[in-house]
Parts: sequence; structure tokens; C-alpha cells
Amino acid sequence: MTFTPAITLSDVSKIYSNGTVALKDLNLTVGEGQLVSLLGPSGCGKSTVLRMIAGLGKMTSGSIYWGNGHDQRKLAFVFQEAALMPWATVQENVYLPLKLAGITKRAAASSVAEAIELVDLQGSERCYPRELSGGMKMRVSIARALVTHPEVLLMDEPFGALDEMTRSRLNSDLLDLWNRMHWTIAFVTHNIYEAVYLSNRVVVMAARPGRVIADVVIEAPYPRTEEFRTSPLYNEYCRQISMALSHAASPQAPSLTPSEESADLFDSVA
Amino acid sequence: MSLSNPNSHTQTAPNDRNGVTQSAPVSSFQSLLSAEVIAPVVVGIVMLVIWEVGVRVTNTPPYLLPGPILVVQTLIRDWGELFPSLIITLQITIVAFMAAVVSGLLIAILFTQSKWIERSFFPYAVILQTTPIVAIAPLIILWTRQVISGESSTFVSLVICAWIVAFFPILSNTTLGLNSADHNLINLFQLYKASRWQTLLYLRLPSAMPYFLGGLRISGGLALIGAVVAEFVAGTGGTRSGLAYQILISSFNLQIPRMFAALLLTTVLGIIIFVILTLLSDFLLRNWHESAIKREN
Ligand SMILES: Nc1ncnc2c1ncn2[C@@H]1O[C@H](COP(=O)(O)OP(=O)(O)OP(=O)(O)O)[C@@H](O)[C@H]1O
Ligand SMILES: [Mg+2]
Repeated sequence: MTFTPAITLSDVSKIYSNGTVALKDLNLTVGEGQLVSLLGPSGCGKSTVLRMIAGLGKMTSGSIYWGNGHDQRKLAFVFQEAALMPWATVQENVYLPLKLAGITKRAAASSVAEAIELVDLQGSERCYPRELSGGMKMRVSIARALVTHPEVLLMDEPFGALDEMTRSRLNSDLLDLWNRMHWTIAFVTHNIYEAVYLSNRVVVMAARPGRVIADVVIEAPYPRTEEFRTSPLYNEYCRQISMALSHAASPQAPSLTPSEESADLFDSVA
Repeated sequence: MSLSNPNSHTQTAPNDRNGVTQSAPVSSFQSLLSAEVIAPVVVGIVMLVIWEVGVRVTNTPPYLLPGPILVVQTLIRDWGELFPSLIITLQITIVAFMAAVVSGLLIAILFTQSKWIERSFFPYAVILQTTPIVAIAPLIILWTRQVISGESSTFVSLVICAWIVAFFPILSNTTLGLNSADHNLINLFQLYKASRWQTLLYLRLPSAMPYFLGGLRISGGLALIGAVVAEFVAGTGGTRSGLAYQILISSFNLQIPRMFAALLLTTVLGIIIFVILTLLSDFLLRNWHESAIKREN
């Protein structure tokens, strides 16, 4: 796979108004068409990274570069909670981004139907969120993200609140879609297995201040089958990353310098 | 997706929904016959019987405590005078309530447009609320008389009093509701570059709906209370007089059964207002608010 940077974060720092140093000199590059997972302990600044990329709130310092043809308008965000409007049907929830762009319901109808079909929710268009299961709500949330035909997807623990079976089903559905649509995805999770199963790369972060401490390339071919989840290679990656994570918990964990960052740290972590 | 649909019950969901909507009227009719309704009705009837029998057995004179039958007889006999009073109280209540709804909503929207406006003015809304209406009603009546002369002066001043009482629950509830929109949804609107107007219309106002309707229910009852209290203060002045005037004048004349009849009308009016507003709020929230929905589990 040729590596073209789609999003580059350079020395990004974020200090919240209450003085919390959420990110300190963070460097991260997400390649075109890559699925990169951000993994780390709670509070290490994973969500903050996505928020900075999405332009929700100002960075304290540093800069973010967008690769060719990309910008924030081609971007969609999927939150941890489905964040649906409870007063609106599935259809109306999915229509929202287009509605905000001033597109009439009639003109948006085919895009909305297409997005709902992509996440396999045909037949539930007129349901209200309270009538849906947690997994279905998440699908609606993803459909809402897809309806604008984004090129970059930011997903903040999208499946964190779901049970294991629903999660793995949605994981393989996501890979399926990604394989067809070639999005660039930044995927936040605190689940090692999910990160390894999905990603081209797993970026491990440490807290206080939030920084990158390991960057592991998962060199397993797609499409990844259920067998991959039980292969020795998969287990080895999980072991590597969980070691990096326990490393992250210790306060002396080093920060990764930009030159090292894009390299494969598979060995250095071991 | 190549995979089979994991939520195969998805397909049947619309049918389920139709089932629910169709059965809704049936269940609400059945609820009229349910124990929840029958029990308080039985209690009420027993109390009335005890009251009537008690009054007869003890030979209590009607100017101390009239029996319920006498009250109803008086209500029917004096209907010609009581009904116009009922209409006047109702008019005051409705006009004040409408004014409270419109002003409460608009001011709440204004508050959420700028934290500074809210910080500067909210304390005064609180002061207006905490000042007892009985204490300021004479002033309001006096001042209104300076501005508006003649018949409508009393009416206007009573509306103002009732409005002051009814206005605050709407303002505070709606302000709370407008600020309670889901954090992620606010971010989403920001991400898609929604205008202030779009955010208000499509996110903040719908989010505030349950809060606003809660305020509405409290406010409807308060408008009636405000109208009655202010009328007590206004006393016998003016020719257009409401139920409070009837209660007041009956107690002066020791027409206690008539006083009870007027009291009964006031109470019934209050209950009707509450029921209407509750039905309205259940109707408006039927699709999404948990409290308005009987969950099927
Ligand atoms: N709006 C805010 N104001 C102040 N501090 C904040 C704010 N948002 C986040 N923080 C702080 O910044 C740090 C990073 O938060 P962030 O939400 O990015 O972590 P996270 O890695 O996403 O954690 P989690 O896995 O629990 O979601 C935390 O210490 C948090 O307390
Ligand atoms: Mg987070």
C-alpha cells in the first residue's frame, strides 16, 4: 500500500481552560485510506485528538495538515453514544447533515435511502430511536455520518457501549464498508482486540500529558476473516500492544519523536 | 453488506408500531375502567356520603358547613350568576397563561442566545417570582388604573398579576431545557456548520420540549391561582367580577353554600386545566419522551 498522508498532526498540544494538559506535542499521521486506531487508557486524550482533527475547539499550539483533496468538510464524526435526536425518526436523523446543508428532503431522499441501506436498516426508516436496540442506534449514527459521502471518518469508541457479539458483528460490517468505500478512518477504542482486528495501524497513547508512545503496524491482509481473530499472529499483536499499554500506565513512558513515529515500532515495543 | 441482517426483527418493527398505535385508544378507554380510576372515585363517593350523613346527623347549620347535596342545589340555583363569574376567571386565566407562555418562551430563547443576558436578567425574574403576589397586587391594580381607565382596568391588572405568577415556571424550565441539548448533538451541529438559527430550531427547541411542557402544566394551575388571589385583593371593585369575588361576597353575606359552590367551580376549573395540559403534553411527546410512554416491558 502506498502511503500518502491524509491527516498530519504536528506538535499538537491542547490545554483545557481548567489547566488540564490533554495533549502535549503530539505527532500523528493518518495515511490515505488507512484505518488507524487510537488506543490508550481512559483520559489519555484520544477523544481530544479527534476533536482537534474535527475542528471542535481550538488547539493550544501545533498544526494539522490535510492531504490532497481533503479538508474538514469531507469529514464525519461518529460519537461513543449514538447521539440521535429522540424526537426524530431514523430517516430524519440520517437526513440531518443534509438538512443543515440546506438540501431539501426531496433532493436528499436518495442519499438518505442509500445510507440507510449501507448499514442494513431498510424497513426501520420510520422508527423512533426508542424503538431500536443499541446496535441499531449505532447503525443509524453511522448512516448519518455516511450520508454526506465523507472521505474521512472519525469514530470515537463507536462500539464501546455494545455487547461483545454486536460489537464484533459491527466490526466486520465496518471493515466490509471500508473495503468498498476506501475511507480514511481514525478509530478510537479502548479495546485491544477490536483495534488489532480492524486496523492498519494501532497508535498507543499514554496519559498526563497525552502523547503517542507506540505505533504498531498490523501486517495482516484484508479481508480479515473470523479466523484471523484466533490466529497466532493476531494473538501476538494483542500481546505486543497490551505490553505497550501497561508501559503507558507507568509514568516514565517515553514520548515518541516524530522521526520514529512513522516507523514500524513492532520490534521496539517487544 | 454481504452479511445477513443481524437485526432480523428490524423488518417487523413497523408492524409492531402500527400495533401499538392502533391499540392506544383502546387501552386509554380501558384505563377509564381500571382500578386506578375506580379507586379514587369510590373514595370520593364514600367521603361525600359521610359528609352528607354527618351534616344531617349532627344537625350542623348550613352557614357552618353545608352538605354536598345543598352545595349542588345552590350551584344549580345560582348558576345564572356563578357561570358568568366562572367565564371571567377563565378569561383572566387564559389570557395570563397565554402571555406567560409567549413571554416565557421568548425570554428563555433570548437568555440562551447570550450568557450575559441570562446572567444580567435572570435574578430579576427570580425576584419577581419570590415576591408574594398578594403583596404587590394592590400596587399593580393602582398603577394599572393610572394607565388604563374604566371597565377593563381591573381585568388588565388581574391578568398582569396572574401572568407574574404563571410566567416563571415556563421561563426557568424552558431556559433549562434549551441548555440541556445533548452535548454530542451540539458538537454534531457545530461540525456541520449549522447556523445559530438552525441549532435553535432543530436542536435546542426540540430538546427543551419536555421541560417546556412540564413548565406549562405547573404554569396553567398557577395562572388560575394568580387570577383568584389577585381578585381577592382587588375586592369588590368593578362590575366584571370572577369566582373569587363570588367566594368573597358569599362569605360576607354568610351564604356559605354558595361559597362552597363557587369554590367547587374553581377547583373543577383547575382540574380541567391540568388535565387538558397533561393530555396536550402527552400528545406532543408521544413519539419520544419516556414519561409519556408506557414501555412494553
Ligand atoms: N472540556 C474539557 N474541559 C476540561 N478538561 C477536559 C475536557 N475534556 C477532556 N478533558 C480532560 O482532558 C483529558 C483527556 O480527555 P479525553 O476525553 O480526550 O480522554 P479520552 O482518552 O477520550 O478518555 P476516555 O477513554 O475516557 O474517553 C482528560 O484528563 C480529561 O479530564
Ligand atoms: Mg473519549
